[in-house]
Amino acid sequence: MAKALNLTKLTAYGDTMNDGKMQLSFTLPVKNDDRGKEAAKALARKMGVADPSVTHSGALDENFTFYVVYGSVSHTVDYESLSVHTIGSDVMDMDGVDEYIRSRIRRKVVVAGASIGDDAHTVGIDAIMNMKGFAGHYGLERYQMVEAHNLGSQVPPYEFMRKLKELKADVALVSQTVTQKDIHIKTLTELVELLEAEGMRDKLILCCGGPRVSHELAKELGYDAGFGPGKFAEDVASFFVTDMVKRGLV
Amino acid sequence: MTNKLNLNWKLAEKSRGHAANIARDVFNYIEGHTTVAVERTVARLLGVDGVLDTVPLPNILTDHLKSKQAAGEGAAYHLGNAMAETGLEPYEIVKRLSEGQLDLFKLKRHSIDAIQTAVGKKAAETVRKISLNRAKRAEMLVKYGEKTAPLLYVIVATGNIYEDIVQAKAAAAQGADIIAVIRSTGQSLLDFVPYGATTEGFGGTFATQENFRLMRAALDESAEACGRYIRLCNYCSGLCMPEIAAMGALERLDVMLNDALYGILFRDINMRRTMIDQFFSRVINGFAGVIINTGEDNYLTTADAVEEAHTVLASQFINESFALGAGIPPKQMGLGHAFEIDPSVKNGFLFELAHAQLSRDIFPEAPLKYMPPTKYMTGNIFNGYAMNTLFNAATVITGQRLHLLGMLTEAIHTPFMSDRALAIENARYVYNAMEDLGSEITFKDGGIIQTRANHVLEEACVLLADIEKDGLWNTLEKGSFAGVKRGKDGGKGGDGVFPKENNYFNPFIPLMLGKGSEANG
Repeated sequence: MAKALNLTKLTAYGDTMNDGKMQLSFTLPVKNDDRGKEAAKALARKMGVADPSVTHSGALDENFTFYVVYGSVSHTVDYESLSVHTIGSDVMDMDGVDEYIRSRIRRKVVVAGASIGDDAHTVGIDAIMNMKGFAGHYGLERYQMVEAHNLGSQVPPYEFMRKLKELKADVALVSQTVTQKDIHIKTLTELVELLEAEGMRDKLILCCGGPRVSHELAKELGYDAGFGPGKFAEDVASFFVTDMVKRGLV
Repeated sequence: MTNKLNLNWKLAEKSRGHAANIARDVFNYIEGHTTVAVERTVARLLGVDGVLDTVPLPNILTDHLKSKQAAGEGAAYHLGNAMAETGLEPYEIVKRLSEGQLDLFKLKRHSIDAIQTAVGKKAAETVRKISLNRAKRAEMLVKYGEKTAPLLYVIVATGNIYEDIVQAKAAAAQGADIIAVIRSTGQSLLDFVPYGATTEGFGGTFATQENFRLMRAALDESAEACGRYIRLCNYCSGLCMPEIAAMGALERLDVMLNDALYGILFRDINMRRTMIDQFFSRVINGFAGVIINTGEDNYLTTADAVEEAHTVLASQFINESFALGAGIPPKQMGLGHAFEIDPSVKNGFLFELAHAQLSRDIFPEAPLKYMPPTKYMTGNIFNGYAMNTLFNAATVITGQRLHLLGMLTEAIHTPFMSDRALAIENARYVYNAMEDLGSEITFKDGGIIQTRANHVLEEACVLLADIEKDGLWNTLEKGSFAGVKRGKDGGKGGDGVFPKENNYFNPFIPLMLGKGSEANG
């Protein structure tokens, strides 16, 4: 009789229920010899992999070796009691966002983005806005229903505010890549204050992003959302289109 | 030349004619203009290097010229005049200018002959230095022997040049022939070249002369250890295209990404600025013996690889024309293309073979740059590895030259050392197993592959005819490449373009243009 699945003690499946079989591959910065293999196994054991076997070890350079290790993980997790945090908006793909805009907003959404303040790095804003996008995720310039304006880097907050007004932007995206002594917080705050003073804040979806930016920090600073590492154009777009509809900014 | 594809050669000739006319129209414009980047490059080639605080000295010079509305007179004219007047070296002149001890516009004006003589001597020194680099490369290629198989090209991208060196040396030991040092993404839009070694870059290191020098020295050590010349590649693109070419020429880089249109399409750089900058950068690359890589593969990351295949070919023809006009011989033209067809397309591999063989046959002498799948790499590394194997097979069967290895972890992270090793292992396995397959097979007359290749050629020819009619500027405004539209006056760096004044001269153009092969056979 097959072994029973117990969701409170879930483990990996190779070819038999609860066998815990896993494969790992990694590199150690040591020579390819017996001692290195032993190190790879010891590391696997520490990870909770019982009976590890090194099925392959190959030298990458004199002092770097690649290992493929199989073994049985001894840990289990309680599937039933996991709590899962989901983002407020479901993430749509590019076509989904375009379709959503066509049916719910019925005009092009104007998005302006920039790296503001002293920050000369466009890597963040380019990843979200450039046609080519990032890591296979197209940027907003590629979206048919988005009119994307990438204003580049080192845009002073006042200048950015002025541009938002001129473009009649629905959405403002602010990137802060490099930050020293928390200057990004000062710059981000300055923009919010300017927008509030001009009475523009409530009419805009305001998002910020960057490696040191979290959603919590963004909310705290008065932004609608913050996007950290690993977020792509579709994450940002899904958020702003649904938020526009939710807030009646269509 | 093979004719496996039974190509209509008349169409290929006709396409080349259109491309030549398209380029001629743009060359007429380039001829009358210069840019801040071109002038900074002239300054660099005359030995102006270093920074004041963080501002590079070449920028201090061009800012000075701009502030006096004299950018169109050029750096060579004003440096030459100051040399004639003070007897100082260009570096010393700009250093004094940066310290406020010298104003180039308060100096007596010397005759153009005296100025050209002063500058000419210094320019000849630099040109000699670059020739020596070229000779050194040739000598090393003779010593170690040149590989006939596709050159295995991998990237390093840690953001720390010293860590990059560890990775690069490991890759060379594993069998890589070309190491491309990925550049910090932000750099393409910086209107200056950062200075010094990078230890904290974003997604790569900056293209700086110091980083070039460090990696060059490391790869020469690897060459000695592996008994193989290891080529170094970087990015000659963005707002500092010609400056990076100059730095690369001085530090013996071997391969440079150097597309005529990439910056316009993918970085929204002003088209006039890019066209002028690409010309001088290519003159330098041509002279330095650098293989340029063009960026047609990028079109397919935004446009469909089947529907838009002809735009790749059309752009290759255009890049070829611009390269020829800048004195780059075909053997230095790494025209780009890619294996990016949706894996769910039936007979997709046959289409890939058709496209790859088409580029091979149309540009028989070019060391074609063939890019691996990226668009449909998902994080399923096992499937990714299978796709890379098919890509490697297409590379070997169709005789591509610069073989950019696909990483199984594409779309997840910049390559781990092991990702690179697995990619090299895969490529070597496929090459060993299929080395002569390409010369053993012929394609069926009128079959899927021949039909596809001819169809792409026909479409490319029609597109080129249209571009010739509209002119390249208007075509870019219409969005014919990669589905990207760019305005003639829009984009970054447009304010750095100036019409040349009567007294303008660039001493490096006559010394370098088309003289690459004279430098050493």
